[in-house]
Amino acid sequence: MEMRKTFHEHLREVKDEVLVMGSMVEKAIKRSIESLKKRDLDMAHQIIADDVKINRKRFDLEEKCIELIATQQPMASDLRTIISVLSVITELERIGDHAEGIAKIVIMIGDEPPVKPLVDLPRMAEKTTDMLRRSLDAFINRDDDSARKIVGEDDEVDKLWDQVFRELITFMAEDPKTITRATRLIWVAHNLERSADRVTNICERVVFLVTGKMEEIGASKY
Amino acid sequence: MRKKMNTIDLDFYYGKNQALKGVNLGINENEITALIGPSGCGKSTFLRCLNRMNDIILQSRVEGRVLLDDVDIYQPGVDVVELRKKVGMVFQQPNPFPKSIYENVAYGPRRLGLHNRGSLDNIVEKSLRDAALWDEIKEDLGKSGLSISGGQQQRLCIARVLAVEPEVILMDEPCSALDPIATLKIEELMQDLKKNYTIVIVTHNMQQAARVSDWTGFFLLGELVEYGKTSELFSIPKDKRTEDYITGRFG
Repeated sequence: MEMRKTFHEHLREVKDEVLVMGSMVEKAIKRSIESLKKRDLDMAHQIIADDVKINRKRFDLEEKCIELIATQQPMASDLRTIISVLSVITELERIGDHAEGIAKIVIMIGDEPPVKPLVDLPRMAEKTTDMLRRSLDAFINRDDDSARKIVGEDDEVDKLWDQVFRELITFMAEDPKTITRATRLIWVAHNLERSADRVTNICERVVFLVTGKMEEIGASKY
Repeated sequence: MRKKMNTIDLDFYYGKNQALKGVNLGINENEITALIGPSGCGKSTFLRCLNRMNDIILQSRVEGRVLLDDVDIYQPGVDVVELRKKVGMVFQQPNPFPKSIYENVAYGPRRLGLHNRGSLDNIVEKSLRDAALWDEIKEDLGKSGLSISGGQQQRLCIARVLAVEPEVILMDEPCSALDPIATLKIEELMQDLKKNYTIVIVTHNMQQAARVSDWTGFFLLGELVEYGKTSELFSIPKDKRTEDYITGRFG
């Protein structure tokens, strides 16, 4: 029998809102790369404007969590859920900042000619957003096995980052005129690489939520 | 950690009704052990087995063993008065005697044969100080124990227990009749008292158990479902039934 119906409803609402925030962030990353591919400066400006909404969402959720702790004295898995939400929304907010960072780079690039066709950067973005979406599913479903698996997949993003970095360095070495443009793409790749790292932090929170153990699952190479 | 008390396969029956089923629990010396669980789970019955307060219940029966410093308190020849001096008890409702504050505290030592006024004065003052009540009532020792506030009465009852120099203090819902401020005073007092005494507390208030205790036992239907460090039991309970109870998914 459910004795704390109202409290648990509030907790469900919080988890639903985390998913909403997650999809806002996922969209921001996807659109940031899209704006890079299409050189769509309007879209880039929109991503920057939308980041304010992501930040607001984080504060709203944080306040909700504090209120539940203060008024409901959550215990055991309920407490771990709230503590995990507090960490997860911080990670999401920072991934949102990475998307905003990419949008700012897109604006800086403006209409400069491309260094090369974009192949690996969209792949990095796709992998990162896929990991992000699945990490939040794992969080909602309390699935620590999936969370551990997702952490392992960060290697793929790291490898892409490595590849992009080496490739762009080669371009710069061969033609110093590309240095500014190639460096900007390295910044984009770095934002994506850090986003994927933050997804692994979310996964660690899923493991904590389920097992109660704080553990670093797989340290990123970078 | 030394075990001050131990129960071994403890069963308790009210007539045919088995209220405790094979409870094995070690109570750490100089620490606070909280017992939680829904009404009728056996936690108060268990507490009362620790100083044989259940002896007077007709048709009740105890099986298994309860050890105090490795001596079985149910073995023949145990002096129950001496036992209850060592294992004192504080109840849900403050129950001072209808006597002066002084006499309430001096009652136990007098019963044990102490009549020297100076010694009694010292015991009364020390007990009231240890119960964090002295400063509030030192000018009013002649006033009736029933004339002070509920929270003060409960601390007077604790002073009365301390006056006979117990080793273990059992508390059965000691704060359920008190307001939040009086409750916090008792909780703070418990932290001071555990330096010199071993405390076992039964409480319906889970937050209180989480706040005050070092160890917590969760009882359900006469069984000890889970016993562990308070910090772990309330954050990562091992048993699903404990999890359900403390998160309110139970009834």
